[in-house]
Amino acid sequence: MATAHIYSAFDEELATLSRRIAEMGGMAEQMVSDSIRALVTSDSALAQRVISEDVVMDQTERDIGDTAILMIAKRQPVAADLREIVGSIRIAADLERVGDLGKSNAKRVIAVQSAGIPRPLARGIEHLSELALQQLKDVLDVYSSRSAEKAEAIRLRDEEIDAMYTSLFREMLTYMMEDPRNITPCTHLLFCAKNIERIGDHATNIAETIYYMKTGEQPVGERPKDDNTASVVQQPAE
Amino acid sequence: MNMLTDVEVEKTVAKNMSNQPEMKMIGKDVSVFYGEKRALFDVNLNVRKNTVTALIGPSGCGKSTFLRSLNRMNDTIEGCRVTGKITLDGSDIYDPALDVVELRARVGMVFQKPNPFPKSIYENVSYGPRIHGLAKSKAVLDEIVNSSLQRAGLWNEVKDRLHEPGTGLSGGQQQRLCIARAVAVSPEVILMDEPCSALDPIATAKVEELIHELRENFTIVIVTHSMQQAARVSQRTAMFHLGYLVEENDTDKIFTNPDDQRTQDYIMGRFG
Repeated sequence: MATAHIYSAFDEELATLSRRIAEMGGMAEQMVSDSIRALVTSDSALAQRVISEDVVMDQTERDIGDTAILMIAKRQPVAADLREIVGSIRIAADLERVGDLGKSNAKRVIAVQSAGIPRPLARGIEHLSELALQQLKDVLDVYSSRSAEKAEAIRLRDEEIDAMYTSLFREMLTYMMEDPRNITPCTHLLFCAKNIERIGDHATNIAETIYYMKTGEQPVGERPKDDNTASVVQQPAE
Repeated sequence: MNMLTDVEVEKTVAKNMSNQPEMKMIGKDVSVFYGEKRALFDVNLNVRKNTVTALIGPSGCGKSTFLRSLNRMNDTIEGCRVTGKITLDGSDIYDPALDVVELRARVGMVFQKPNPFPKSIYENVSYGPRIHGLAKSKAVLDEIVNSSLQRAGLWNEVKDRLHEPGTGLSGGQQQRLCIARAVAVSPEVILMDEPCSALDPIATAKVEELIHELRENFTIVIVTHSMQQAARVSQRTAMFHLGYLVEENDTDKIFTNPDDQRTQDYIMGRFG
């Protein structure tokens, strides 16, 4: 942050806002990683905890929104200050969605539990979530450092998650074709994988918001996409 | 079909080729000295036609000095000297042959505090047109007073008491009366030096609304200490600091993502 505001209370408000975002980010990370652990270890108690944490997440997002609106009304911020506050609202919304996706994964734990998850698939899900969590963790670090270059770099990394998701998608189709009993757990896992892929997208959105907060410009160009599941076709073996 | 002369063709082509905005006033390397003290340093600032240009910056930054040099109000200050060149529609306003009174009729001014003459509302508005010989008859003069008060959004409030003293109006009404008075001599440019600093929020809003409407027919340059006012009323904003022009750009750009750190600090209320 540059030189201090003449109104020191404004600086305090901005600091509070950014602390709340950081807390929310930590909470989102925890929820996602717990939900994956619950999934692969069939831990329904942990899953239940993730589900209940989502309420706190929602409340924090509303608090951040209220604080931001009040600051806009009171301080009439412009330029970097305005971008900072509007950016916070957007980031809080993305983090809230990340929390929802974690919760959605946790809810599927019970459904998948009874059938059991084929080991290789669990590995695949874990690996995908490691990538997404790393993306989320990095973007939260960039939020504290406000580096536009690093934000841009993270934005370009989303491709990896997309590619991983596409390969997992193919794999699950194969399992389902092999044995119809796999269809129920694999369908749930497919949703889980999709949720994790979405978490990567939200992390990327946050990176774009940080870039805008810092530079005042929207990042240029389409971000790279490698989610090819829409065109994946598997023919059942004769 | 009429044949166009070469010059006319050139002009038409130039007009169609360029999307350049039309400049009403051009300031080139403008410096102002008060005796030994230099208040402005080589300011290059153009004023676009039918545009509201806001001059912002901390006290003593030179924005009012620049404003006042646009209609040679600085001439009235002892020991004040202006160098560089300022043109109005291409002609030098510091040309010794130029009639300053005529210049000030073309480039009118509204001040910080409403300063109506201690005369009737009618006389306040009709005084300018009368001394500049703009009205040949009473009927024409009546028409000018009427339309000027209409333009200043004051007509409905004062039409039944045109012959009561202008000083009896409220502060906001007095300021709009001063704007009507400025408008009455059909100036091309109107300079405003913090026109709302003595007004309450409602009167301020009315004056700002008026500025917005006046832009259709006039070119306006406004000095303001209110960042929000600059953001609301102007299309171009120029930021001054310590006698230098720091940055001039579209108002939208200045208030969302200014190029200069000093502008950023000033508009966001940070220590520079």
